[in-house]
Amino acid sequence: MSQHRVIVVGGGLAGLAASVRVAEAGLPVDLFSLVPVKRSHSVCAQGGINACNEVARQQGYSEYEHFDETIYGGDFLADQHPVLEMANWAPKIIDLLDRMGVPFNRTAEGMRDLRLFGGSLFKRTHFAGATTGQQLIYALDEQTRRYESEGKVTKYEYWEFLWPIIEDARCVGIVAQDMRTMQVRAFRADAVIMATGGCGLVFGKSTNSIICNGAAAARCYQAGVWYGNPEMIQVHPTAIPGADKLRLMSESARGEGGRVWVPRKPGDPRAPKDIPETERFYFLEEKYPAYGNIVPRDIATREIFDICVNQGMGVSGENQVYLDLTHKDPEYLTKKLGGILEIYEKFVGVDPRHEPMKIFPAVHYSMGGLWTQFTKGSYNPSEPRPKHKSGSPAPLGADVGLGMQLGAINNMMTNVQGLYAFGEVNFAYHGANRLGANALLSCIFDGLFCGVSVVNYVRNDAPSKNPASDMPASAFDRVVDQENKKSQRLLSTVGQGSADAATNPYLIGKELGDEMTAACTVVRTEPRLEQCLKKLAELKDRYARVRLPDDAPWSNQSFTYARAVGDMLAIADAVALGAKGRKESRGAHYRTDFPDRDDTNFMKSSVARFDAASRSTTVTFEPIDASLILPTARTYGKKDVDAGAKKPAMAGAAS
Amino acid sequence: MTTAPHLPPHAAEAARIAAANRARAVPGRKVYVKVFRCDGPGKPSRWETFQVTVERGSNVISMLQQIAANPVTADGKKTTPVVWDSGCLEEVCGACTMVINGKARQSCSCLIDDYAPAEGDTITLEPMSKFPVVRDLWVDRSRLFHNLKRVKAWVPIDGTYSLGSGPTESPESQEQRYVMSTCMSCGCCLEACPQFNLEPDESAWDTSFIGAHAINQARLFNEHETGKRLKADRLDTLAAAGGVNDCGNAQNCVKVCPKLIPLTESIAVIGRAVTIHAFSKWFSGR
Ligand SMILES: Cc1cc2nc3c(=O)[nH]c(=O)nc-3n(C[C@H](O)[C@H](O)[C@H](O)COP(=O)(O)OP(=O)(O)OC[C@H]3O[C@@H](n4cnc5c(N)ncnc54)[C@H](O)[C@@H]3O)c2cc1C
Ligand code: SF4
Ligand code: SF4
Ligand code: FES
Repeated sequence: MSQHRVIVVGGGLAGLAASVRVAEAGLPVDLFSLVPVKRSHSVCAQGGINACNEVARQQGYSEYEHFDETIYGGDFLADQHPVLEMANWAPKIIDLLDRMGVPFNRTAEGMRDLRLFGGSLFKRTHFAGATTGQQLIYALDEQTRRYESEGKVTKYEYWEFLWPIIEDARCVGIVAQDMRTMQVRAFRADAVIMATGGCGLVFGKSTNSIICNGAAAARCYQAGVWYGNPEMIQVHPTAIPGADKLRLMSESARGEGGRVWVPRKPGDPRAPKDIPETERFYFLEEKYPAYGNIVPRDIATREIFDICVNQGMGVSGENQVYLDLTHKDPEYLTKKLGGILEIYEKFVGVDPRHEPMKIFPAVHYSMGGLWTQFTKGSYNPSEPRPKHKSGSPAPLGADVGLGMQLGAINNMMTNVQGLYAFGEVNFAYHGANRLGANALLSCIFDGLFCGVSVVNYVRNDAPSKNPASDMPASAFDRVVDQENKKSQRLLSTVGQGSADAATNPYLIGKELGDEMTAACTVVRTEPRLEQCLKKLAELKDRYARVRLPDDAPWSNQSFTYARAVGDMLAIADAVALGAKGRKESRGAHYRTDFPDRDDTNFMKSSVARFDAASRSTTVTFEPIDASLILPTARTYGKKDVDAGAKKPAMAGAAS
Repeated sequence: MTTAPHLPPHAAEAARIAAANRARAVPGRKVYVKVFRCDGPGKPSRWETFQVTVERGSNVISMLQQIAANPVTADGKKTTPVVWDSGCLEEVCGACTMVINGKARQSCSCLIDDYAPAEGDTITLEPMSKFPVVRDLWVDRSRLFHNLKRVKAWVPIDGTYSLGSGPTESPESQEQRYVMSTCMSCGCCLEACPQFNLEPDESAWDTSFIGAHAINQARLFNEHETGKRLKADRLDTLAAAGGVNDCGNAQNCVKVCPKLIPLTESIAVIGRAVTIHAFSKWFSGR
């Protein structure tokens, strides 16, 4: 009997959860990552992971309401069934992580502690200090190491995924390169799971790790995998401006009572502590009395952007607002937020326990990603329901299998058979805007729930009759050739005349980031997007003439980077074209020329397809399955207020 | 300027010096970055110096990025971009560790203002010496991860099926485990340790000193209700060659750990446990 194998590309939360699940089912796993998996970007996650829990449940919360919040938060763009399934599984996932030894914060009685997070009025976010992502990935890394020591998982760390091998419309392996020896080779597999995370680097500086360039997804995309909702890019409201990176100040700072404000008098020169309460404009609390500082991200981002850019009320006349925790007990802050406060202290040199932080929005997360499918579960009410009311009984129990059918082989499979996408790299759960602390959940959920689908596909579908190990070598060699040719072309540019600004890969990368941040983030308009597309065409043209600075046959990092820039340009095109095509405003996508949501024409996924012959992108809008919850206006109870009006001081919204 | 009251004395002192330097640093100045370079295993090493422009908030990473975009040395010689390892850029992944001005630390959290506050100052970058160099500042830390396997640094759960929640835990115990669990496998403690030496030969890893990071992980998992089940295995490893008895108690490790993990305390706890374990084995004749 031939030995089946599964490839997992990416060792963040999604990739590790998938590896553990597939290995446990008895299929050997080859796990690829740009970095030792323990160093994947998931370590950066700070705030926490959402799940219904007993305390919230007894206050009227439910898995169903978690589902409702996620759909509402995502402005009704997500297919609803997978989201329902994810919310139903969330409590079980927390339990599992707990068993793996994650040091979740505890109450006096020893139960898991909870905090408030954006988009919910219930405490339903579990956390481990202020480095939840680090603690979760460590737990999964440890379980993976356990399987590795038993020979069930083989790690290929410092190996870069270059291209999927697709034979007769079926994915049967990948081509990858050892980043040290530069060896390029093919790996056979009966299924390939892409779990390569987001694409923050396309926007230059972001809150993401430096390895989040989206190139792996871009390569699949150029190989024929569709890309869903590319224009849905989350800009986080609170980041610390920096030279190399915009470091995140987690939403948990607001969840724990942090208040966002600016002086009512623009350019007020006084130190923040000398400005009395009445002369501070707590604009989020005044405009959104119910949610206050914990309105969802896109709303907070636009309000901060509006205060600074349109109204010129930023602190010291610059693009920054205060995020203030100084009214809280420093001890309490250290206990609950130590890790993130240290980041501020370390990189800015100011202690946020005693002085308000200065923050501004930054690109953070990609709701869009590789397009994926699913099989609906058995739950399907005859009519969708209006928004769920806290405390009213959920229309269903918390049983498994209601939203997605467990084990159906197409769950989170892309349009290419045998090629799956898990975690941030897919487009499935977060619609037009992701709620805080829902990403870690969706990554682990994908790995655990859809991992079963992969196993079933390998055992019962095409691979069981025709395993990749029996296929002729030619299919694999062809893609290795293709990649070798690409590398040779790039490497041969070294020393061909001197690289000027126009052909320097680092400068092309930087200009790409600047352009995408200016045109495709908080505010978008038709003319600006047109201009952006022109700029992208210019950058692509310059990239075709790119000159590399190093042709070393060993550990050639600048070559790796330069190759990725070409792929980042392909994703950038999809983002800009998606944004241009979506003539409405929804979630993170805000068009000043189309400020309203248009459900008739655009409650649809945008799907980008790449034509390899013309190297061009087309975007179409395709129906979604919204058969569970009816769309309502997404206002979070907004009120009109103006900066001049004095109001009595409000309690922190997180009480 | 506030210095953090929550830091231990050695870290607080470093923070004070850094803050004083930062206060007098002028943005826009030019400083030198001196890098110890090597093209690959077995290749000769050399120093190269680059001139860079420093802005407020510039760190070692942004300087290396500046050099990559224009790889020309201070004396005008064209060269290749410097190779280094990095990830999170916020001191949580451990990737970017290197030896800066003679001391191992993360380069992403290393602000130029703290280290080279005046025009013309020099900051020196070298790869860690306890791991084989891949290229320039990038080293191969496989052994560090291998040593985590030696101590079975995991909780032996029954599997990923839904089997209810884990054990409850007091907040005090959580706080203690959390700190130990923030180890990001950076290798600073190994670079500083006189007992941990460069060992390119993989077959010698299992009998060479395991390192403070792995001893701390053994303690972390021994203290978890389910993790405990592998305690005897862990202590067997740590009682053998390359185990806790190889530690010379120099206490260098604890002074360099960026996560302020109480490493010497972990070493003491494990040292005692190994002794008790040996006695009980001897008495029970197993
Ligand atoms: C600063 C920050 C804080 C966050 N905080 C939270 C939070 O509190 N709660 C929450 O729910 N979410 C949070 N998020 C979002 C969340 O962290 C991410 O969405 C999630 O970790 C992504 O996990 P992943 O497994 O999909 O991918 P990643 O963790 O990004 O892993 C990607 C993997 O793919 C590998 N890879 C990539 N390209 C290639 C290639 N070409 N070849 C081989 N391997 C490759 C990488 O090496 C890596 O192992 C935060 C995000 C950021 C940036
Ligand atoms: S105390 Fe032990 S582990 Fe730490 S530096 Fe000294 S010899 Fe090394
Ligand atoms: S114990 Fe500290 S110094 Fe050692 S690897 Fe872990 S984080 Fe680094
Ligand atoms: S890049 Fe992650 S610790 Fe420095």
